[in-house]
Amino acid sequence: MAATRVLVTGVSRDLGAVLVRMLSDDPTVEAVVGVDTHPPTSDLGRAEFVRADIRNPLIAKVIAASGIDTVVHMNVVPSPAIAGGRAAMKEVNVIGTMQLLAACQKAATVRTLVLQSSTRVYGRSARDPAVVAEDAEPREVPTSGYAKDAVEVEGYVRGFGRRRPDVSVSVLRFAELVGPRIDSALTRYFSTPIAPTVLGADPRLQMCHEDDALAVLRLAAEGDRPGTFNVAGDGVLLLSQALRRLGRPSVPLPPAAGAAIGRLLGVVRTDLLSAEQTGLVEYGRVVDTGALREIFGYHPHFTTAAAFEDYAAAHPGPLRRVPAVALAEAGAQHLLERRRTVRA
Amino acid sequence: MPEARVIPIREVPPPEPPETEPVAAAGDWEESLAAALAFLRRRLTGDYEVDDFGFDPELSDAVIMAPFRALYERWFRVETRGLDNVPDEGGALVVANHSGTVPLDAIMTQLAILDHHPAHRHLRLLGADLVFQLPGIAPLARKLGTTLACQADAELLLGRGELAAVFPEGFKGIGKPFSERYKLQRFGRGGFVGSALRTGAPIVPCAIVGAEETYPMVGNLRSVARLFGLPYLPVTPTFPLLGPLGLVPLPSKWIIAFGEPVETASYGAAAADDPMLVFNLTDQVRESIQQALYTNLMQRRSVFF
Repeated sequence: MAATRVLVTGVSRDLGAVLVRMLSDDPTVEAVVGVDTHPPTSDLGRAEFVRADIRNPLIAKVIAASGIDTVVHMNVVPSPAIAGGRAAMKEVNVIGTMQLLAACQKAATVRTLVLQSSTRVYGRSARDPAVVAEDAEPREVPTSGYAKDAVEVEGYVRGFGRRRPDVSVSVLRFAELVGPRIDSALTRYFSTPIAPTVLGADPRLQMCHEDDALAVLRLAAEGDRPGTFNVAGDGVLLLSQALRRLGRPSVPLPPAAGAAIGRLLGVVRTDLLSAEQTGLVEYGRVVDTGALREIFGYHPHFTTAAAFEDYAAAHPGPLRRVPAVALAEAGAQHLLERRRTVRA
Repeated sequence: MPEARVIPIREVPPPEPPETEPVAAAGDWEESLAAALAFLRRRLTGDYEVDDFGFDPELSDAVIMAPFRALYERWFRVETRGLDNVPDEGGALVVANHSGTVPLDAIMTQLAILDHHPAHRHLRLLGADLVFQLPGIAPLARKLGTTLACQADAELLLGRGELAAVFPEGFKGIGKPFSERYKLQRFGRGGFVGSALRTGAPIVPCAIVGAEETYPMVGNLRSVARLFGLPYLPVTPTFPLLGPLGLVPLPSKWIIAFGEPVETASYGAAAADDPMLVFNLTDQVRESIQQALYTNLMQRRSVFF
């Protein structure tokens, strides 16, 4: 059952715009409607753009008028900077989702709902298992920021799924997205001149490449893949290891004072080191992707290391591949080789 | 009859020139320098692998373990017994007694298997959640291959064919007073047996003799411990009396004995939901560790030799 008339929310941001372009390039897709409050910054192909606020009942009219059968909800914004403040962000995320779901519930044509969520819904705690599966109960439920919104949004989507059992609902929990096009809190963290780390912590990070994310969203939009799935690349990188691979110098700061000192030193912009961000750079998060492979039927092409490498190649840090290190090693090897030949 | 002559066999290789020995030695030295440089380069550029649990075998085996190796060989003079009871491959769960206020026993058991088992396996420890709450300790523990002692992690490790180790006494064992040495405490809720049953991994009982005497705990500063959120704060004959010097463990003689594995695969995964069987297996493992502790204690000549 291929998706034919697709509505995508949150298309002014990169990933949404790319997905819309992918859908509009697909001849089997009859119509694509992109919705956002801001006009898209990039070309949407043959897709129709509707500048609408999903907090507004207008969205119901759009769905009904276009005979939408597939809704891809990508408008749970991760940062207050995008929405213009935390209050506005919460409104877009939670009230916006409620309005969208209300509209979907009324529209008899809707058969598939896809939600872009995040592995941040698992919260973060030292008592979490090393690898978290979809059915794991979070030890500490997120109480602030994007993660809290995402938990609430998932709750509303589950409620929708109960009220409309005929709709195939896919909830996709993406690990931290990276890739040359992604601009996220994590990528902005990696682009600070000196990355602040938490003293005495070296979390495991797991990432998902944007191409894998898009492929999974595209597959989910085809329908018939109901359920909640973690989406992440294989393997992990330690934060220290990622910073070394990137060639980014870092400074360890004591956990409590970290944000304040960071701000003082000017290494951290205030929006960067939010509570969530420190959580990520303090505890990290690794999820199990067994369900994605076995039930959803997708094998990520990029491992965490490969996804990060793709990002690092596009945004190298000042110490990346410093020739001095390799040169020193090669020089020493050469000297040893010469000593050996001289003696022989 | 002519005198027997030694007829030299043709193509006798010329005697090795005496220079080769020093050259070979120099070669070794050069090899290790080259290896060290490559190691340094990999560390500086992040060009190494860690597994999903954060285990960094390269750093762990070569760097973090080095001081503990000295303790193992020279200070505690650890003697291993029954290493052939530890399987060469596949998932298995080592279950050991816990003692000594500082979990040196866990690291010594890791080293016993890494350095002295024929398959040089990595023993993956299952640690208390406190380990992962302590700044500095948490990332170090992960790099050593430790993960949280919970059902999910234990079964994931065993399912991947790793050799895991658990200390079911937990803080009750490691933080017990010296007067109760070598008396096994309660074995938790038997969760380790459930995990072994669900993954069909054999349980290898392990008795560690010697750790009890490293930091003999004669008192416990409970209120100070509570202040820092710790389960106990030991008073030993030398700590806190001698300050940092009190952190030096006593050079007790150690014996780490691995017992006959308890097979679990034949019960089937569903047996994990049979509480009576789980209790019985828990008791069986506990009994065999207690017996092994007494046996090895009797065979040890004295605490220090």
